[in-house]
Amino acid sequence: MQSQTIPDTLKPPATSVGVLGWLRKNLFSTWFNALLTFFALYVIYVLVSGVWNFVVTTDWGVITANLRLFMVGRYPMEQTWRVQASVSLFAFLLGASWAIWRGIARSAAILLAAVFFTALVLPFALNDRLWMAGNLALIGVGFAAGYFTRARRVLVWAWLASLPIIALLLYGVGGLPRVATDLWGGLLLTLALSVVGIAASFPLGVLLAVGRQSTYPAMRVFCIGYIELVRGVPLITVLFMMQIMLPLFLPEGVTVESVVRAMVAFVLFTAAYVAEVVRGGLQAIPRGQMEAARALGLNGILTLLLIVLPQALRLTIPAMVGQFISLFKDTSLVAIVGLLDLAGIASAAANQPDFLGRQAEVYLFIALIYFVFSTAMSYGSRRLEKTLGVGER
Amino acid sequence: MGVADWRKRWGLGKDKSMTESTNNDMIIARDVHKWYGQFHALRGVSLDVKRGEVLVIFGPSGSGKSTFIRTINRLEEHQRGQIIVDGIELTNDIRNIEAIRMEVGMVFQSFNLFPHLTVMQNITLAPTWVRKWSRGQAEEKARELLKRVGIPEQATKYPGQLSGGQQQRVAIARALAMQPKIMLFDEPTSALDPEMIKEVLDVMTDLAKSGMTMLVVTHEMGFARSVAHRLVFFDAGNIVEQGTPEKIFSSPSEERTKKFLSQILN
Repeated sequence: MQSQTIPDTLKPPATSVGVLGWLRKNLFSTWFNALLTFFALYVIYVLVSGVWNFVVTTDWGVITANLRLFMVGRYPMEQTWRVQASVSLFAFLLGASWAIWRGIARSAAILLAAVFFTALVLPFALNDRLWMAGNLALIGVGFAAGYFTRARRVLVWAWLASLPIIALLLYGVGGLPRVATDLWGGLLLTLALSVVGIAASFPLGVLLAVGRQSTYPAMRVFCIGYIELVRGVPLITVLFMMQIMLPLFLPEGVTVESVVRAMVAFVLFTAAYVAEVVRGGLQAIPRGQMEAARALGLNGILTLLLIVLPQALRLTIPAMVGQFISLFKDTSLVAIVGLLDLAGIASAAANQPDFLGRQAEVYLFIALIYFVFSTAMSYGSRRLEKTLGVGER
Repeated sequence: MGVADWRKRWGLGKDKSMTESTNNDMIIARDVHKWYGQFHALRGVSLDVKRGEVLVIFGPSGSGKSTFIRTINRLEEHQRGQIIVDGIELTNDIRNIEAIRMEVGMVFQSFNLFPHLTVMQNITLAPTWVRKWSRGQAEEKARELLKRVGIPEQATKYPGQLSGGQQQRVAIARALAMQPKIMLFDEPTSALDPEMIKEVLDVMTDLAKSGMTMLVVTHEMGFARSVAHRLVFFDAGNIVEQGTPEKIFSSPSEERTKKFLSQILN
């Protein structure tokens, strides 16, 4: 009898699972693949050891001497606390979000904490170190605040309010001396352009996409015309148009700061691309969804807001974040119209007489910064997709 | 059980107009025409439906039966003729259309549940946003309806986690949550596996006993025979023949009806 007992399920053969199985299947399935594997390992070794040797032996003086420029540009020294306060506010909110939402907020908070932690090891001035340690503490305080209050709604409003608060704090309001945006530079300018660009181009792009589907011909023609016009010209021309042509159209005496003009250019440009991404999402929603909503008595606006957009926007997360990452990197083009963002500062620093021939260090450094932010965004988008994908059909 | 008890069972409340002898026509359609481009889809359909009547509409595909019931809640616009639903005429006036849609529930072949919302949210969405009920009131009603359709334990799940039969029963509950006076069913079992068809038909049979006015496009002839008050046969964009199930099944007067029935019954 025993010899006839058949187990319900059989274990897979040992050679197809585990580390060995994986190695065998993916790296050494044929002798040719094995050869490729060894070749690839060799190339990786050469590259990594080369970069590593460069990083540990070269003189990073150009970065340490100009770190302030890289971070905030010509933002006045005695006003730098305003930038630091903004970062601290962000750290606090992120800590609270970690406690309340977990997920992406948790990853972002850990990333920020890791950056400060690494910076603490580096030889900064005592004041700066105190501020960094303070931020680490603020992430913890925010976490505790979020953990014990569970004030979801307050947190959402706090995030929404944080953008204008930070903008006013940096620009100067009330008793604070004004710091014109012409003085903003480095990472501060890059982030200001990106955050404003993303925050404003998203709603504008959604409106354009919806307008493009409108049943009113005038609205539809305007949206299509706008989208096609903007997509038909390079970003650099939009930037130049804003810098050079806009003042010609403004009445005498009215001036708009150069940075604001660049922001408007980025918003107008990215909105057209966001609109096309959203249109793709809108078209992917089956007709039956609209019909079911209308049959239940929902009007057109409710159908759009409650049924169509939530589904369409979820579908467009990957493409949308791709668009935002490219916006983030494209902000480096403002160097051409004379603004000193991260890339602008980099080329200025590389031309300082004291540091001639130090381009490699400078560009490696800013590349690392761009890389960290872009990768964080792309990781965040994947997490967001997963979180929102609950119960996907 | 009397009709009043069945109505109570479905949470439909007292229908005041049921006691009024006047205006017993829930739907009046007169000479309804509809074109898709050059194609003449509905060719002068006229049909009256009394309060509490259960109609089964059947016919070959492309005969206009689905198009016709979709004109009743204006998912399709008719281009000629007149449709009056519960005393309100369907015109281009958006207020009339929305008033009628609140009174007419619809169940689709492909369910069309909202995949980003839970079962509970699917059902409470329209009552809270259109009828302006409180969340508590809407959820209580939803739980009651889920119990009626036999899946009270699925409220927190998403549609994608349910079987086809369960999804269609949620769709029925979602339509009933608006407390409609008329229910339209557009081939509600065509997308279902055989063993799930019965669970949906049972719910519909149950609902028919509550005195709900129902228009059902289906080829489930067992359901038609036992539940329908009247059968309507569509072909080539018009009604060819109508009558009680006994009459249509035993002695149809039109040759086309006879031919179609012999095809689907064998």
